[in-house]
Amino acid sequence: MSPVVEVRDLRKSFGKVRAVDGVSFTLEADRIYGLLGRNGAGKTTLMSLLTAQEFATSGTIELFGQSPVENARVLEQTAFIKENQKYPEDFRVKHLFRSAPWFFANWNAELAGSLAEDFRLPLDRRMKKLSRGQLSAAGVIVGLASRAPLTFFDEPYLGLDAVARQLFYDRLLADYAEHPRTIVLSTHLIDEVSTLLEHVILIDEGRILIDSDAEDLRGSAITVAGTASAVDDFTRNREVLHRDRLGGLATATLPALDAAGRKDAAAAGLELSPVSLQQLIVRTTTSGEDPS
Amino acid sequence: MDDSRPIFQQIAEQIENDIISGLLPEESQVPSTNEFAAFHRINPATAGKGVNLLVDTGVLYKKRGIGMFVAPGTRARLVAERRDQFRMQYVEPLLVEAEKLGITPEQLGSMIREAGR
Repeated sequence: MSPVVEVRDLRKSFGKVRAVDGVSFTLEADRIYGLLGRNGAGKTTLMSLLTAQEFATSGTIELFGQSPVENARVLEQTAFIKENQKYPEDFRVKHLFRSAPWFFANWNAELAGSLAEDFRLPLDRRMKKLSRGQLSAAGVIVGLASRAPLTFFDEPYLGLDAVARQLFYDRLLADYAEHPRTIVLSTHLIDEVSTLLEHVILIDEGRILIDSDAEDLRGSAITVAGTASAVDDFTRNREVLHRDRLGGLATATLPALDAAGRKDAAAAGLELSPVSLQQLIVRTTTSGEDPS
Repeated sequence: MDDSRPIFQQIAEQIENDIISGLLPEESQVPSTNEFAAFHRINPATAGKGVNLLVDTGVLYKKRGIGMFVAPGTRARLVAERRDQFRMQYVEPLLVEAEKLGITPEQLGSMIREAGR
């Protein structure tokens, strides 16, 4: 199947700031992607470019094989749920749901209704009277019920409590299982969503640092801990992703070790511990080694 | 699910554990990929990868249009494999450590019998 999104050497500058700085990737159909990165890494700008809400400085974007710019046929297959969506004055929740089919070809009103009940969202309330969490719930409902073949959720959980976030993840998985589509979750709550993701794209300072299957990343790194001298000796000829030092003790995060490497580490008196996806991401984006 | 190693391996291990414990008898149907995904809150493709791993190793087999089933003779084979692993993972390191401390295999045997009481 041809990719849903194809991006080549995409750049977007705001004055001197290079928000997206030469990015190329593809998104395949019917997968759940995690678009991860720190605040200001360029995630929102990238999604705004893909959905033609911003215009690129240079580079090409193809959605379903076409440029999304001023292309209604492509854009009605796309949903972008933004962290701070603005609504018309006096809009009520029910108006939001009624207007949604104008924008989304696959809108499912029944699903929207049942989600509104699940999230306890009052349909008659004005959008501007909704709490932060209720606003996020409205966005999540629109994103799910749009059943858009390409759906972006940009930090959709703001103000949602733990129960509502779990509800979102459960409904997302359930509806995705029945109606597969390409979903991009932009988030920094990596631990909460990591098991939902099939593929991870990590960006930092407008560039892609990781573009990899989530399963390949799990178990791809390991942390060794021990006395600083033992850690230094052990890591001398090895690639190190991250180092920490506390007095005479040190830890180092390395690419996963083979059996011989593990044996050497144990012989050197080092303790090995696994690295979660979130830890790996944090250590990749806080690059740099402590001066030693 | 533990996020520091591939989830499809953990799914496969868990199905094997359920076969060994008798929770999933031979010739019984295992849950669908989507049921595994919903239950563990994991990506369905990842769950599918775990199930397919067990199809490749002959633990599960597919009935077209119905689902996945536990292959006959699987339990005995898995138990034998796990016993080999047990020997490598636990017994051999135990003997190495015991030797370091001057504990003979006979003493080790009586220690185990006492601890089991």
